[in-house]
Amino acid sequence: MEEPDVTAPGMPQLDFSTYPNQIFWLVVSIVVLYLILSRTALPRIAAVLADRRGTITNDIAAAEDAKAKAAEAEEAHKQALADARAETNRIIEAARQEIQAELDAQMAEAEAEIAARAAESEARIRAIRDSARDMVAEVARDTTREVLHLFDVKADARSVTAAVNARLKAEGGAQ
Amino acid sequence: MAEGGIDIRPVDQFIVKPLFGGDVVNWYTPTNVTLWMALTVLAATALMVYGARGRAVIPSRAQSMAELSYSFIYKMVEDVAGRDAIRFFPYIMTIFLFVLFANLLGLIPFAFTTTSHIAVTAVLALTVFISVTALGFVLHGAKFLKLFWVDSAPLPLRPILAVIELLSYFVRPVSHSIRLAGALMAGHAVAKVFAGFAAALGAAFFIPVLAVTALYALELLVAVIQAYVFTILSCIYLKDALHPAH
Repeated sequence: MEEPDVTAPGMPQLDFSTYPNQIFWLVVSIVVLYLILSRTALPRIAAVLADRRGTITNDIAAAEDAKAKAAEAEEAHKQALADARAETNRIIEAARQEIQAELDAQMAEAEAEIAARAAESEARIRAIRDSARDMVAEVARDTTREVLHLFDVKADARSVTAAVNARLKAEGGAQ
Repeated sequence: MAEGGIDIRPVDQFIVKPLFGGDVVNWYTPTNVTLWMALTVLAATALMVYGARGRAVIPSRAQSMAELSYSFIYKMVEDVAGRDAIRFFPYIMTIFLFVLFANLLGLIPFAFTTTSHIAVTAVLALTVFISVTALGFVLHGAKFLKLFWVDSAPLPLRPILAVIELLSYFVRPVSHSIRLAGALMAGHAVAKVFAGFAAALGAAFFIPVLAVTALYALELLVAVIQAYVFTILSCIYLKDALHPAH
């Protein structure tokens, strides 16, 4: 390591004897690197970058498409919901009316039955009352006849009956 | 350099040596230049070809880095040189990746930094300069010379400005190449000097070691920034060729 100073006392950069060597190998290296880059590396990277740009553009388009579809689906969903609600209301209304009609019918039927029963009962009461009045008349006639017989009063049956009936009528009219 | 025990040789790392012994460096001799340039090409290939081999829509980390480099330079060419410069994108990408990986690999201890040599950066810069100038004349013919004729300036000033413009145009490859080589050489040489101090200082070795650590971080930044600067300047020169009007 002592002898190089003999040939290159100053800077090795200014040792012109090495210039042809450096220039030759520089030209070789640059040409090789240029060929590698221009033939292989740069087209490949350019393709990758273009590919990526394409992918990104496509993805953005796809995302927008999906977004539009989602909005559409939401719209459809809302529409279906509104339809379902309207249908529900319609069904509820129909059911209510049906029930109301049935209720009305049953109510009318029940009222009719009640009226019929009441009429029947009234008729029976009237019959009982009538029969009771007849019995009272008969009892009164019999009693009158018995009383008259006890007092030995001769009275024909017809006048007795007429008297009792007149009295009863007077009573009935007073009632 | 020779006094005491301190023998720091900060520039020895830049010596071009044949790989397989011998002292003669012919133009075809495989040297450390060959090795590290081959590694540079390999590293760039590893990132851009092997890293992106998955072709995945969702990239792996390596693929992500490859795509990031691609998009970064693509956008730079588009923004700086215009849409019609996209056809030169592979050239610009080659320059960027070569300089970037040469700079980064040079930071490995005991590595040889190919871009610290003015011969290398000058060839890179002259290639850009000559091809851009040729392109300008091919696309615009004599109108390309309007680049040096500032129409917006007052007429008497225009010849003077033309001389200045012409000078600055020809200084371009010089500054373009020396900026890159100088930044890297200086950083590496300083790192070596500090490292030499660490060996010489004994117990206080940690001071230069800390300095080297900080410097290393800075050098990492410089490596990337210089690659970026070299590339964006190439784009600016390309823009002048495509659109010579001011």
